[in-house]
Amino acid sequence: MYEFDYTRPTSLDDAAGGLRDADAKLVAGGMTLIPTLKMRLAKPSQLIDLGAIPGLKGISEDGDTIVIGAMTRHAEVNRSAVVKRAIPALAALAGMIGDPAVRNRGTIGGSIANNDPAADYPAAVVGLNAIVRTNKREIAADSFFTGLFETALGDGEIVTGVRFPKPQAANYQKFKNPASRYAIVGVFVARTAGGVRVAVTGAGACVFRVPAMEAALARSFTPDAIKDIAIPDTDLNSDIHASAEYRAHLVGVMARRAVAACA
Amino acid sequence: MQKTVSLTVNGKPATATVEGRTLLVQLLREILGLTGTHVGCDTSQCGACVVHVDGEAVKSCTLLAVQAEGRNILTIEGVATGDTLHPMQEAFRDNHALQCGFCTPGMVMSALDLVKNNPNPSEREIREYLEGNLCRCTGYHNIVLAIKAGADAMRGAAPAAAE
Amino acid sequence: MPSIGTPVRRREDYRFLTGQGTYTDDINRPGQLHAYILRSPHANARINAIDTSAAKTAPGVVAVFTGADMAADGIGGLPCGWLINSKDGSPMKEPAHPVLVTDRVRHVGDHVAVVLAESLAQARDAAEKIAVDYAVEPAVVDVAAALQPGAPQVWPAEAPGNVCYDWHLGDGAAVDAAFATAAKIVKLDLVNNRLIPNAMEPRAAIGEFNRATGEHTLYTTSQNPHVIRLLMGAFVLHIPEARLRVVAPDVGGGFGSKIYHYAEEAIVTWAAPKVRRPVKWTAERSESFMSDAHGRDHVTHVELALDAGAKFLALKVSTIANMGAYLSTFATCIPTYLYGTLLAGTYTTPAVYVETKAVFTHTVPVDAYRGAGRPEATFLLERIVDLAADELGLDPGELRRRNFVAADAFPYQTPVALQYDSGDYQTTLRMAQEAAGYAGFEARRQEAARRGKLRGIGIATYIEACGIAPSAVVGSLGARAGLFESAAVRVHPTGSVTILTGSHSHGQGHETTFAQLVSDGLGIPIESIEIVHGDTAKIPYGMGTYGSRSIAVGGSAIVKAMDKVIAKGRKIAAHLLEASEADVEFKDGAFTVAGTDRSKTLGEVALTAYVPHNFPHDELEPGLDETAFYDPKNFTFPSGAHIAEVEIDPDTGHLTVINFTASDDFGRIINPMIVAGQVHGGLAQGIGQALLEGCVYDKATGQLLTGSYNDYAMPRADDLPNFALSTHVTLCTHNPLGVKGCGEAGAIGAPAAIANAIVDALKPLGVRHVEMPATPEKLWRVIQEHKAPLAAE
Repeated sequence: MYEFDYTRPTSLDDAAGGLRDADAKLVAGGMTLIPTLKMRLAKPSQLIDLGAIPGLKGISEDGDTIVIGAMTRHAEVNRSAVVKRAIPALAALAGMIGDPAVRNRGTIGGSIANNDPAADYPAAVVGLNAIVRTNKREIAADSFFTGLFETALGDGEIVTGVRFPKPQAANYQKFKNPASRYAIVGVFVARTAGGVRVAVTGAGACVFRVPAMEAALARSFTPDAIKDIAIPDTDLNSDIHASAEYRAHLVGVMARRAVAACA
Repeated sequence: MQKTVSLTVNGKPATATVEGRTLLVQLLREILGLTGTHVGCDTSQCGACVVHVDGEAVKSCTLLAVQAEGRNILTIEGVATGDTLHPMQEAFRDNHALQCGFCTPGMVMSALDLVKNNPNPSEREIREYLEGNLCRCTGYHNIVLAIKAGADAMRGAAPAAAE
Repeated sequence: MPSIGTPVRRREDYRFLTGQGTYTDDINRPGQLHAYILRSPHANARINAIDTSAAKTAPGVVAVFTGADMAADGIGGLPCGWLINSKDGSPMKEPAHPVLVTDRVRHVGDHVAVVLAESLAQARDAAEKIAVDYAVEPAVVDVAAALQPGAPQVWPAEAPGNVCYDWHLGDGAAVDAAFATAAKIVKLDLVNNRLIPNAMEPRAAIGEFNRATGEHTLYTTSQNPHVIRLLMGAFVLHIPEARLRVVAPDVGGGFGSKIYHYAEEAIVTWAAPKVRRPVKWTAERSESFMSDAHGRDHVTHVELALDAGAKFLALKVSTIANMGAYLSTFATCIPTYLYGTLLAGTYTTPAVYVETKAVFTHTVPVDAYRGAGRPEATFLLERIVDLAADELGLDPGELRRRNFVAADAFPYQTPVALQYDSGDYQTTLRMAQEAAGYAGFEARRQEAARRGKLRGIGIATYIEACGIAPSAVVGSLGARAGLFESAAVRVHPTGSVTILTGSHSHGQGHETTFAQLVSDGLGIPIESIEIVHGDTAKIPYGMGTYGSRSIAVGGSAIVKAMDKVIAKGRKIAAHLLEASEADVEFKDGAFTVAGTDRSKTLGEVALTAYVPHNFPHDELEPGLDETAFYDPKNFTFPSGAHIAEVEIDPDTGHLTVINFTASDDFGRIINPMIVAGQVHGGLAQGIGQALLEGCVYDKATGQLLTGSYNDYAMPRADDLPNFALSTHVTLCTHNPLGVKGCGEAGAIGAPAAIANAIVDALKPLGVRHVEMPATPEKLWRVIQEHKAPLAAE
């Protein structure tokens, strides 16, 4: 790691103020950032630790939604009775991230702000049509993830939580990279009052929806309804673990399995 | 930038001066001399460095020392009571769950974290829980047996018949 | 009660379970500096200039050294320990292997410079200030490409065409004649995938120099500290052995990768006196990936000829083996004498011919990794046998049975130089088949098919040559070292015993198994025995631990030394008991005059030996401390049968190992618990090779694409099944314990068993072969290409 200054502000305003230094970086759970720093792939001037800011942690039920604070750790979401009851697919997804020690530190806010193309949470946020809350505004899931490691977060903007609408049914299927255990392909399928949503992570540069599948599933929420929908592999990731063609195929398989599991 | 960090390690208060970039595992190994916690990779995957922070398993190679300010750390050196091994350590020995010993501290710390959350884990649950702990010697077979036996012992259950 | 044969709990476990092990990186010497190695980011580049001036003035930096500094000191290159001659009698091409390069880098990770600083972070900060002017040139990483005309040359002057040697073994004319008469010929091309060993403890080294005594000390993560002392002292740094101490303390796994003498060991030992401070280096895992010797990496064509009764007539093998950019310590003997000599396997094949072309590429050096040559031999042999069974419509078990060397045919001389001393291949195969439920498999295949899954079962039998090795034999084959082992048995005045062994323990549990030998041999409790290893200042000599040799060679040396202790003790006892030496027998820790109750314990005899008031001074020297060197008469030949059962999801290519059965013959077993642990670990590595692990270089740039655990798939707990093990004992006939060795068996048998199970699962689709690692995408593609008749869901 390169040396940096470390601060641990106790208010969001102080944290946002620190971001006026363009080379400052926020650290939540640090499960991606610290390995990145160790490889000397980033050289922040200061690390602003969000861990001491009150009000960013916790899970609450608010009518038809579940609100999860940005600093809530994956293990907490995975074990939360509230999440397990209202959105079991989300609790299960949180239990598939990284490994147990990583889940004890990693946070939902950190995961979505980082927007790793193989991260799991973006699939749930988009699949459930969640709202991302920041210190400045609320951002709809569909406009939050904008590209490879890119989000709609502006300067000085900090994720404070995510509001997930409760679906009628939902399921997440993940095909893991045998080495890193990140998603080669992860598909989150949700049937909601507003329609069916299919969100795919791991396959492309950024989480994306599959409108053709959503339309087909809206007509008939069965695996057979999407069995002939091919995903073009043109823009999909290709690496030593999985070609774009294979990823495209897996999107179909995982989507069908997720639909089957929703039943 | 030097910072002073104060924390509790294995029940004893400790204070050290570190850089912002100093990792918790470096604080433990290099400053406090607790070399039982190991570093087996630089990508936060092998789990040789797992310690407990406020009772939860954490990879000490992926936590800054300054982030451990005020925390309660348990390392492998603090698991036994005097010369008496913890039942989980005893189970590792009884089941030959270690060979070179390098991954062992992290394995034991992870095993204790598992059993805290799941006092009677199945073989499958143990195998899945160990996703973040690599062992190159044992093929995991005996580690799985040991964790099962250790969990049984911690619950006070009769041990399963030896295999 | 004898200790041998019982599952004594390991004595080393307490320290490891309480965090009190002492690995090299746990050692800190007063005033030590930290070394950071600047490594090449390029696979092949000329170095026009290296400017270290900015690094030298960076905070905390004490020194920066390059290859020019080492050259100025007359430092030699890293030596290769085995000379191989080509078919035409010419010696192998042996280019220089500099500790730090001077004018050219030849693989990503090659050693360019070293920075010594007060802290590791400062050393690393400063390394970024070293300006290296590289002229990057094209690289070649795979062996087939390296042999093509016009391929980039790793050593254009020293090894034209990238060929290190072109070796052969066996009677080619006899093989050709047999092929001419064959009723059936089966052919296969296959690859043995390149692996990265990944012992969990990264390599580390600390160099120290005592100006007062002139002694150099190297603490290092080694499987064989004396070998390092010899190679580094004699060939690299020119330090006499008497002034060079090498300590290998607790070592966190080796699997071969910690046999070799590495550049970093020489760097820290050389630098310490220059900066007058101890120098410590510890690899980060990323460095391990690009600097630990890799394993395997063969491309092979194999042909098997059979007669009308399905008896093997002849085997013909042609292999290209990757050496990497430089010759690592034992690289050259792996694809030759540890490979070609094993190609008879467990079979009576009367004629075998093998040729191996060793090739330089712009990759990390390749050397022995668990099994070393024998997994490669077993893989091709067991694949071609399975393929033959399939083409002949025979059960794979039945074809093997028809061709096994019979249990009463030993000693059995193979056509490829080895003489097997004992074995019982029919029995281990039968045991494995029974344990695996082989006969009932078809029902399980059908049940799986009803669930849409492809299930297969695969057998592999294996033979390995362990207990390496008779020094005269290996010497005649080009080894530049003897391969004996030494032991000292030091009986202390009050009867406790220290064993000094040249076999290093880095997970094998020698502190327990060797103590069991001694407990039985001297009739004293294990608690009275200390096993000491890993320090050239304490141990008489040692060739170290590799090739499943510790119990067969190191254990035999201990037995020999104990025999000397007992022989001398008998004389002392006879004197004390006023009896004839011939009448004194040693049993259960006491010397007794036969047929009487007059006896002296070992402790009483030892006390007399060290307080020799009443002692046969005319006949004996005082003391009871004996050293023995044991040079084996032959290799040992562990063997066995492994059976894998797998299930493949045709939709994704995801494979599950349902169960794995191993029946092995390791000769006499000292500690069955430890033996089982060795097999488990070997199987995990073998299954890892078959399904997960594969080193990938970018063919265009020579970049290492599997440079971390994010990309190199290590077997995890949830990738593996429980293992069902059994053993059958035929004793080794030529060592005193009847032992054969067990460390590598799992890694040798498992890849072929898994590969055969995969092909069996895909047999309904007409698949002949699947390369390792059989990743989900590879399996999915094979299934697609063969037009899976199964419904998608």
